Amino acid sequence: LSRDRLDEDTWEDIEDTLITADVGVGPTQELVEKLRTRLRVEGSSAADARTVLREELLALVDPSMDRELHLDGPEDGPAVVLVVGVNGAGKTTSVGKIARVLVADGKSVVMGAADTFRAAATEQLTTWGERVGVEVVSGPEGSDPASVAFESVRAGVERGADVVLVDTAGRLQNKAGLMDELGKVKRVIEKQMPVREVLLVLDATTGQNGMVQARVFREVVDVTGIVLTKLDGSAKGGIVVAVQRELGVPVKLVGLGEGADDLAPFDPEAFVDALLGESPVD
Amino acid sequence: MFTTLSDRLSETFKALRGKGRLSEADIDATAREIRLALLEADVALPVVKDFIAAVKERARGEEVSQALNPAQQVVKIVNEELVGILGGETRRLTFAKTPPTVIMLAGLQGSGKTTLAAKLALWLKDQGKSPLLVAADLQRPNAVNQLQVNGERAGVTVFAPQPGNGVGDPVAVSREGVAEARRTLHDVVIIDTAGRLGIDEELMRQAADIRDAVTPDEILFVVDAMIGQDAVNTAQAFLDGVGYDGVVLTKLDGDARGGAALSIAKMTGKPVMFASAGEKLTDFDLFHPDRMASRILDM
Ligand SMILES: Nc1nc2c(ncn2[C@@H]2O[C@H](COP(=O)(O)OP(=O)(O)OP(=O)(O)O)[C@@H](O)[C@H]2O)c(=O)[nH]1
Ligand SMILES: Nc1nc2c(ncn2[C@@H]2O[C@H](COP(=O)(O)OP(=O)(O)OP(=O)(O)O)[C@@H](O)[C@H]2O)c(=O)[nH]1
Ligand SMILES: [K+]
Ligand SMILES: [Mg+2]
Ligand SMILES: [Mg+2]
Repeated sequence: LSRDRLDEDTWEDIEDTLITADVGVGPTQELVEKLRTRLRVEGSSAADARTVLREELLALVDPSMDRELHLDGPEDGPAVVLVVGVNGAGKTTSVGKIARVLVADGKSVVMGAADTFRAAATEQLTTWGERVGVEVVSGPEGSDPASVAFESVRAGVERGADVVLVDTAGRLQNKAGLMDELGKVKRVIEKQMPVREVLLVLDATTGQNGMVQARVFREVVDVTGIVLTKLDGSAKGGIVVAVQRELGVPVKLVGLGEGADDLAPFDPEAFVDALLGESPVD
Repeated sequence: MFTTLSDRLSETFKALRGKGRLSEADIDATAREIRLALLEADVALPVVKDFIAAVKERARGEEVSQALNPAQQVVKIVNEELVGILGGETRRLTFAKTPPTVIMLAGLQGSGKTTLAAKLALWLKDQGKSPLLVAADLQRPNAVNQLQVNGERAGVTVFAPQPGNGVGDPVAVSREGVAEARRTLHDVVIIDTAGRLGIDEELMRQAADIRDAVTPDEILFVVDAMIGQDAVNTAQAFLDGVGYDGVVLTKLDGDARGGAALSIAKMTGKPVMFASAGEKLTDFDLFHPDRMASRILDM
């Protein structure tokens, strides 16, 4: 390997690193092109390639994006957060973890169990409520999720809560009926209070379908942020690179385990470093 | 949206209809299109590389040079290779000579194990079996309740001696579950276990302990069809950590292309046995390799 030229094997290794992290073929090729151009123009050595790759990837992930959870509610009521996503992504767990953070911040929180569909979904959120010391508003199994969401917001208003977190049932984005139902949940809440944040929960193990999920959920409920879960596993969650770039929706939080404290703000640098791992051009 | 592989290859081959043998450049162009299609379908990169090498080899041969339409011939080869890896025939469950047959489920968090446990129980019940569901996920909040509700819906008995939510020993519950089945003459035991990460050594050891306590006739690895490139790491980690005899692909009612099926079948040699495609307990079927091949290729 010469000092100022990378051989084709090394280029392939770089590409492989990105592809196996679920970054996707398109974004990977773009990144590699940029890297090639920069190394040509700037005449960088192989030792710099990793630095340049890291810079370019970081630029794509865009550290300047606003990743705050905006929970300044309206004058007369709580900030409403709606949590959505496909089945098993980690919505209920994330709702519990977010509640934990808010409680620790001294905020008063109400959680709404608007997954009235899945077996024991309400009980699961209720357990989280006990764990983090937050009241859970629920309805009977099979009842209308929009009305449970509405009731939970009303409870939040009555109790003078700062935040109402609404958990919803998992749904695959290609199910038109279920997506309509989700749209309705949001509209019904908005008859009472604006929805401040809509968080899409994406499982880091998800491949290219994650892009489709983000696109469709955004169309239906105007997603304001992403929670990237299960990042404690071996998956890198590279699909969010394309999701952020194409849709401009920032990852705000990451899930790092099943415990109540396993939630962290998204850190672009840490994400990029984990994604590149022991990348070939060290 | 995606263009199908078939369209792409036709495009690639437009210039060369009736030209006979493909040049190396044609074959490379073809390989690039196939690679792209497979990666977009989430087939794992090492599997894609092997696959391409095999297809290239065949594309150089007579069957393509003699074909009237080389593009269609290559698509046919790709399809055959896919079906070959995905398994020609569906493998059936192995039942124990002396009942009960013990089936253990394992997989990542949220992959669909608990739902599958009830689906499988219902399916077996409809075939005249008498399954017992065992609630051995004592970790995830209200996993026990979830199994109880699903069991009730399926009309199947659930053995749940421990409340879960951190209380109870899953190894003991699994062992007792098999004893309970023997005592109450259930001929199949289905053990629902907690979700775990491939890299979580402690929980993987727990899964191995459950296995050693009940010596299952079948261990099924349950995997979400939406999984991306990590499928191979995870499939291998479960194979090393607990081992399995077959794979179940879930959430096939979605629009993910499901390339993981190919990755896992190729890397582990374990057959995909069942397809789970919905939240209703009847949304369950044997796995069909030919349908999966078409799905991966978007044809
Ligand atoms: N390792 C790990 N597991 C997680 C994480 N987040 C959630 N889980 C687990 O993933 C599984 C599914 O989580 P849930 O919160 O029930 O997911 P959900 O999206 O609410 O699921 P449905 O409501 O059924 O669609 C559970 O076993 C959780 O404990 C995470 O960040 N890391
Ligand atoms: N659409 C669809 N949803 C499914 C399918 N299988 C399971 N689910 C849903 O996926 C979510 C997770 O399923 P579970 O059965 O709880 O998964 P699990 O593997 O037991 O999860 P943990 O115990 O938390 O690890 C639930 O919302 C299920 O209803 C399927 O084939 N299609
Ligand atoms: K990771
Ligand atoms: Mg949930
Ligand atoms: Mg489960």
